[in-house]
Amino acid sequence: MIDIINLCKSFDGHTVLDNLNLKINTGETTVIIGRSGCGKSVLLKHIIGLFKPDSGQVMIDGKDVALMDSRELNNLRMSFGMLFQGAALFDSLTVCENVGFAMIEHFDIPPDELRKRVKECLTLVGLKDIEDKKPAELSGGMRKRVGLARAICVRPKIMLYDEPTTGVDPIMGDAINDLIVELHNKLKVTSIAVTHDMKSAYKIADKVAMLYNGKIIIYGTPDEIKRSPNEIVQQFITGAATGPITEGIDFEHLL
Amino acid sequence: MRKILEALGERFLNLVRYSGGVAILLGQALFWVGVPPLRRRHIAEQMNFIGVNSLPITFLISLFTGMVLALQSAYQMQKISAEMYIASLVSLSMTRELGPVLTALIVAGRVGASITAELGTMKVTEQIDALDTLATNPVKYLVVPRFLALIIMLPILTIYSDIVGMVGGYIIGTFKLHISHDMYVKMTYDPLKFKDVGTGLIKSFFFAIIICVVACYEGMKTEGGAEGVGKATTSSVVTSFILIIAFDCFFTALFYFVGK
Ligand SMILES: Nc1ncnc2c1ncn2[C@@H]1O[C@H](COP(=O)(O)OP(=O)(O)O)[C@@H](O)[C@H]1O
Ligand SMILES: [Mg+2]
Repeated sequence: MIDIINLCKSFDGHTVLDNLNLKINTGETTVIIGRSGCGKSVLLKHIIGLFKPDSGQVMIDGKDVALMDSRELNNLRMSFGMLFQGAALFDSLTVCENVGFAMIEHFDIPPDELRKRVKECLTLVGLKDIEDKKPAELSGGMRKRVGLARAICVRPKIMLYDEPTTGVDPIMGDAINDLIVELHNKLKVTSIAVTHDMKSAYKIADKVAMLYNGKIIIYGTPDEIKRSPNEIVQQFITGAATGPITEGIDFEHLL
Repeated sequence: MRKILEALGERFLNLVRYSGGVAILLGQALFWVGVPPLRRRHIAEQMNFIGVNSLPITFLISLFTGMVLALQSAYQMQKISAEMYIASLVSLSMTRELGPVLTALIVAGRVGASITAELGTMKVTEQIDALDTLATNPVKYLVVPRFLALIIMLPILTIYSDIVGMVGGYIIGTFKLHISHDMYVKMTYDPLKFKDVGTGLIKSFFFAIIICVVACYEGMKTEGGAEGVGKATTSSVVTSFILIIAFDCFFTALFYFVGK
């Protein structure tokens, strides 16, 4: 279980996370929704220990991530798989070296076994015969899927997805959603996805949480979210330009 | 008045923060150099890029510098018929000063800039975060191979530059100023002591550290997309240049007083 308690984070006096509380149940897919720039990526990066909280804690199975020494942190990270927003593939390495990166770095794995493992992971995400290509030769959707293959190559217990469907066409986006659901069922992982794509959220979520002004303002099943009377939530999930979120903001200058 | 003080204070704080950041990175790099495994393949790749690919430009610049030195000093020396001392002047200035400094400036411009651009791009595309999430220390993975390659290759390039510079002087000395071959060679080697070459190499060793740490630090703290990478690259080259010249002045003074 992941338990985020009173998490605060600000950058140069600009508060991004403000006393945020959230519990994520093991084995569930939790989707965190929120507008661009509201701090979704920052929240994800706290969970995997890339940022240290100003105050508050991120507890993973009862242990505070910020207090771990580098060995514990590395062990923890090997049980995580993270898909970055832009895939974050290493451009200087081939697809095979990217996907097998953690294997090459941390285990003495013979080359043919590595290739087999990489092939398996690529098959899981629906790709084949691209092991020797460089990331620059791939399309956006393929890069995302290679990023996904790299994340699952370490056989993680927890998957983190940073806007998995952003920046790919709707069909590829849906394919990625299917993939997330499939991986979830096959690998029995706990998944956390952040997104502002409601379609994707409904498709993959067991639970939805909404991040607004540095806090989680609602948490529940997709149906509960849809039925929520909260106007902020309603404006976001229906995607309306006018409402409490944009109160006082005038969009007319855009027209 | 208060504004000015505040601005100065801010500048000073930034300077302290920068120096602190660079010092911490240097400390981490030194720590990780001692932790096996060393990535031989990465180090070799970097040595090739830093060293071998810098040979042509080092050759050109050193050769021309040697020639210019000889010509410029000939202008004075000819007046007192002391042309043969041109050889000593060229060899001493190349080994003690110009070899190390010119090579460091070339490498800072060529290699330092590319290290910052590469690491900066990796930072803004979250590749550095990705290294961390794959339980791989970015300093160990990215900085250490570049660090080792630079501190090995820069002194070697410096020796190369020293020699090419002397060849440049020789070309002018023998063909233009008609100093005999034997005389020129003798006057090149006679005044040259181990100390002259040695201090030059010590300098270039420290320049290598400056170039690597500044370039990596600038790269790893890059923010703000492509624009940020551009700014970081400029800043990396400018900072390295200033530090190289400042440290050169400091070392030269140090060796001067210690050597007495
Ligand atoms: N490393 C950082 N340094 C300073 N500010 C940051 C940093 N990372 C994120 N921020 C700020 O935090 C806010 C939230 O960013 P982010 O989590 O990336 O938003 P999103 O919800 O779109 O993922 C933004 O205003 C951004 O400027
Ligand atoms: Mg984001």
